[in-house]
Amino acid sequence: MTLFQETAAAAPAPGAIGLAWLLLALPMAGFVINGALSIWRPRAKGAVSVVGPAVLIASFAVAVAIVLQLWQASPEAPYILRLWTWLPVDTLRIEFALQIDQLAAVMMLVITGVGSLIHIFSVGYMRTDDGYARYFAYLNLFVAFMLVLVLGSSMPVMFIGWEGVGLCSYLLIGFWFNDKANADAGKKAFIVNRIGDVGFLVAMFATWQVAGTLDFAGVTAWASAHPELAGSGVITAITLFMFLGCTGKSAQIPLYVWLPDAMAGPTPVSALIHAATMVTAGVYLVVRTSVLFSMAPLTSTVVAGIGALTALFAATIGLRQYDIKKVLAYSTVSQLGYMFLGVGTGAYAAGVFHLVTHAFFKALLFLGAGSVIHAMHHAYHATHSHDDAQDMRNMGGLRRAMPWTFALMGIATLAIAGFPGLSGFFSKDEILAGAFARGGEQPIYYLFYGMGLLAALLTAFYMARLMTMTFLGPNRTGEAERAHLHEAPWIMIGPLVVLGILSLVGGAINLPPLVGGGAGLEHWLEPVTAPAARFFRLEEPHGSTELFLVGAAVAIGLLGLAWGYLASSRRAIVPAREAAPETGFWRAVYHKYYVDELYDAVIVRPLLWISRVLLWGVVDKGLVDGAAVNGSARLSRGLGWIGSRLQTGQVGVYVVLFLVGALWVLRVVVG
Amino acid sequence: MTQFLASIAYDQWALHALILLPVLGIVPVLLVPVASARRVALVVTVAEFVLSLGLWWAWQPAAGMQLVTSVPWIPRLGVSYAVGLDGISLFMVLLSTGLMPLAVLSSYTYITKHERAYYALLLAQAVGMIGCFIATDLFVFYVFFELLLIPMYFLIGIWGGANRLYAAIKFFIYTMFGSLLMLVAILVMVWKVAAVTGELSFSYAHLLANAHAVGSAAPWLFAAFALAFAIKVPVFPLHTWLPDAHVEAPTAGSVLLASVLLKVGTYGFLRFAVPFFPSVALSPTVSALVVSLAVIGIIYGALVALVQPDFKKLVAYSSVSHLGFVMLGIWSGTVQGVQGALMVMISHGLSTGALFFLIGMMYERRHTREIAAYGGIARVVPIFGILLTVVALSSIGLPGLNGFVGEFLVLLGSFGNHPGATIIATTGVIFAAAYLLWAIQRILFNRLDRPENEGMLDLNPRELVVLIPLVAGIVWLGLFPGPVLRRMEPSARQFVETTAAGHASAAMAEVAR
Repeated sequence: MTLFQETAAAAPAPGAIGLAWLLLALPMAGFVINGALSIWRPRAKGAVSVVGPAVLIASFAVAVAIVLQLWQASPEAPYILRLWTWLPVDTLRIEFALQIDQLAAVMMLVITGVGSLIHIFSVGYMRTDDGYARYFAYLNLFVAFMLVLVLGSSMPVMFIGWEGVGLCSYLLIGFWFNDKANADAGKKAFIVNRIGDVGFLVAMFATWQVAGTLDFAGVTAWASAHPELAGSGVITAITLFMFLGCTGKSAQIPLYVWLPDAMAGPTPVSALIHAATMVTAGVYLVVRTSVLFSMAPLTSTVVAGIGALTALFAATIGLRQYDIKKVLAYSTVSQLGYMFLGVGTGAYAAGVFHLVTHAFFKALLFLGAGSVIHAMHHAYHATHSHDDAQDMRNMGGLRRAMPWTFALMGIATLAIAGFPGLSGFFSKDEILAGAFARGGEQPIYYLFYGMGLLAALLTAFYMARLMTMTFLGPNRTGEAERAHLHEAPWIMIGPLVVLGILSLVGGAINLPPLVGGGAGLEHWLEPVTAPAARFFRLEEPHGSTELFLVGAAVAIGLLGLAWGYLASSRRAIVPAREAAPETGFWRAVYHKYYVDELYDAVIVRPLLWISRVLLWGVVDKGLVDGAAVNGSARLSRGLGWIGSRLQTGQVGVYVVLFLVGALWVLRVVVG
Repeated sequence: MTQFLASIAYDQWALHALILLPVLGIVPVLLVPVASARRVALVVTVAEFVLSLGLWWAWQPAAGMQLVTSVPWIPRLGVSYAVGLDGISLFMVLLSTGLMPLAVLSSYTYITKHERAYYALLLAQAVGMIGCFIATDLFVFYVFFELLLIPMYFLIGIWGGANRLYAAIKFFIYTMFGSLLMLVAILVMVWKVAAVTGELSFSYAHLLANAHAVGSAAPWLFAAFALAFAIKVPVFPLHTWLPDAHVEAPTAGSVLLASVLLKVGTYGFLRFAVPFFPSVALSPTVSALVVSLAVIGIIYGALVALVQPDFKKLVAYSSVSHLGFVMLGIWSGTVQGVQGALMVMISHGLSTGALFFLIGMMYERRHTREIAAYGGIARVVPIFGILLTVVALSSIGLPGLNGFVGEFLVLLGSFGNHPGATIIATTGVIFAAAYLLWAIQRILFNRLDRPENEGMLDLNPRELVVLIPLVAGIVWLGLFPGPVLRRMEPSARQFVETTAAGHASAAMAEVAR
């Protein structure tokens, strides 16, 4: 039996592309080894430190080889590697197959590349934890599933990865499971994601019904062959259901609520899963099925609108958080909103571009925050203090103790704020420019553009606030603790340096013609986005309009940075323990507009009440079991009692009864 | 393998041996010293399982019955001892024989009184289960159907929990009511068919071929069959015997009840109720009714499971939810839906069986099934924690594990004919995640705040031997369901095509009239 057969629409899969299965197999092997170690040799931390990152680095090497080969071949159609037939039922035939194309290439580089850096960082960050081996087992498993998600050649195979990463997220959020808050957060993430998954599933069922296939290539071919369906109800319904799935996985309104709570997991997990990779799966799905979205203008408007709204809404919450990870969490929700604004505009390449640069600078920010928390935690641990190591009010002035972390997070801050020349500047600018251009045909996109621009201002503000409160001004950690604050070891700083370089120059992958670039990523992705461009062409602005848009974005970013710095450095900040509670409007912002409380009151508690009181109490115990079942039992007992009364023992009564009965039978038979 | 089986004429005697072996096994179990009864039962059930494995090769993927035998039994009444196997029953038989050794093994320390009688009844239960799935004569089927009832009644009534008598009697009366109705329906059908064809016969093939002879009685006969099977499934609102029976039954009883006995109900729909009377079963009214009850079962079962304080009761209600998917699949009208239903039947057997085993293991350690009595124990019993998590994920329907395959196929298959119902049913995946993840959080995670849980022992080798095969099956069927799906396909397609044709011709006749 051959393990897999290679089939390719363009050419037989040669060389490295034929080894794509190794991409998944390596982290999967890491999961098995680390999992076994966690059960039988939990103290073998040396082995874990080697195996955990090594499988990722090897996987990255394979990815690089594949991408180089793809670069040379530049095929128009994807390579498909069939591993085995997964679901063969009648006309349905789902192969467990991997799809290698330009989009998959970008994703696999980000996942294994940024993933490797985060694995290396984790060696320093998690080494002292009792669950070290278990941690790496989960992390390796996550990468394997994430690669299934982006390489799966059909929706159901992608769904294996889609739910698999959700499982790993669940396990890692609740990694320190003996704390109820962590276990709650993990469960919340899984269940909220499942709400979205219903959308994805229904979209699959409907797609199968109309297209008769669930392969991405097949769906794209089918859609391209049916241009008359553009704008039809069925495509709109399919894409809306699919987007519901995206709002779950990528934390958009109304299903974003799980992501801030997900910060309960170890910080490198937040960097890898809840910033760089998993949460971008929704954006990836839209680009992967872009031909469907491009045929549904209504859905695209909804995608862009939800994206813009989420970008703005989440940014406002980020303004008033004190937990350093919470700020970054809302920032991630907000930045994901930008990506959806991009893909909802038809700027699919811009969405992917921002996905990549965001992976660089947000991973850097989270790992930097991890480095800060690591130092704070050590300091508090040394003095047996129970103060919050993540509260920025307890920080301040850390630039002296942690110059590397400060400088690198500074780069990331400038990148996310859109400082000219840095990676985030180019990608965000492209999304905003796209939205503005689309406004020419659909004016509502001007509104989305405005919301995006406002969100950019707030982004710069909360990032400047974060940097100021953490690194500048006087230190508020505590007299005794101050001496224990130290820079992280090199195994943690090293990955930060690499991410810092990428955040600085990452924009180079897609430089616009305005600065003499060749829009490399956009052209690279053309084989993937071309079918969609047929239905939903976007004319990027040029000339003075383009210059005006760039100028506005730069001005807004700089304004936000300055405003954030001034507002935070002038304010007298007291340590969290001494801080007065928030009042007025900021209280509502601090409590995230009470959306969690609202969901709890409107959905969760009524549902539990209905289940417990109405369904279980009234229907099950009362009506079905009480009235119907036991009632009929009582009835038959009653009849039995009447029957026993009739057994009087007097022959005469029996004779009368017999005669009545016999006459009745006779009447039935004859009559 | 195929050649070896042919050389010993396996297909000639295998099915009879599967019935006979446990029957003969009862004798030594009752005669040996008490302490050896369990070992003898284990040997018999393992032998039974090994014997059944040959079916995988001896049975060829094709439509219709194979390994058929028919011997006249009561010729005057047209009763024959007739058995056979198709793609539907094959896996039900393998599921039954595969679970039996595990059921015996899990009882080693759980059962501490009247061991000989206990193991003898388990073997009798096996006879009933296998007999039901291979019978191709309705009289024989009825006998085995009744045989399912009696050992389980005693298993619950003697070795059950505190409220065992109430549960046992409730179980008995509920299902007895259904099976008596079915007996009447069988007799009427045989009589009516005989009146038209002139041949008095309980043969399944004969009745199936001439089922139209029942004429206007079809709705009543279908109702009687359907009611009998719906109680067994159980379909909402006929389900309330199930939580009581599950909670009170000993571990092995719960496992067999959930994994196999419930499937006799859905099997009955697939084998008898729908193929005999497709014009009734697939009529718009009945179809709408069944699909509605299936969807209600899915959501209702999940929501009620959510609020159960007793873990065993939670799993019992989750069965109501899962079996709703099976009913939806049977009425989907597509090959995908029907195969999905069959996959759910198998998957539910593995994962719910494993859940009940795990609950039994918890109970043996702490003598309580209250979820609130646990918490944070993943730290003390990590292997138990891992296995419970994997099994729960299978039950939740995580893709890559077995549960997903069936549910996905059912929903995919039913969307075309019942889009609204399918969308509602799909939301069941949210509630499934909610009730199981919440339960395992309260058992495995959170703070370890009860000192009595700190000394809990992790699973011992015997318990691992019980669970590992199930977990292996859960992973294997999730990733490589192909060989199983391909074997079911001809039978599933035959079911879909013949029932659709039967329904269509009846509708035409209606129009012609």
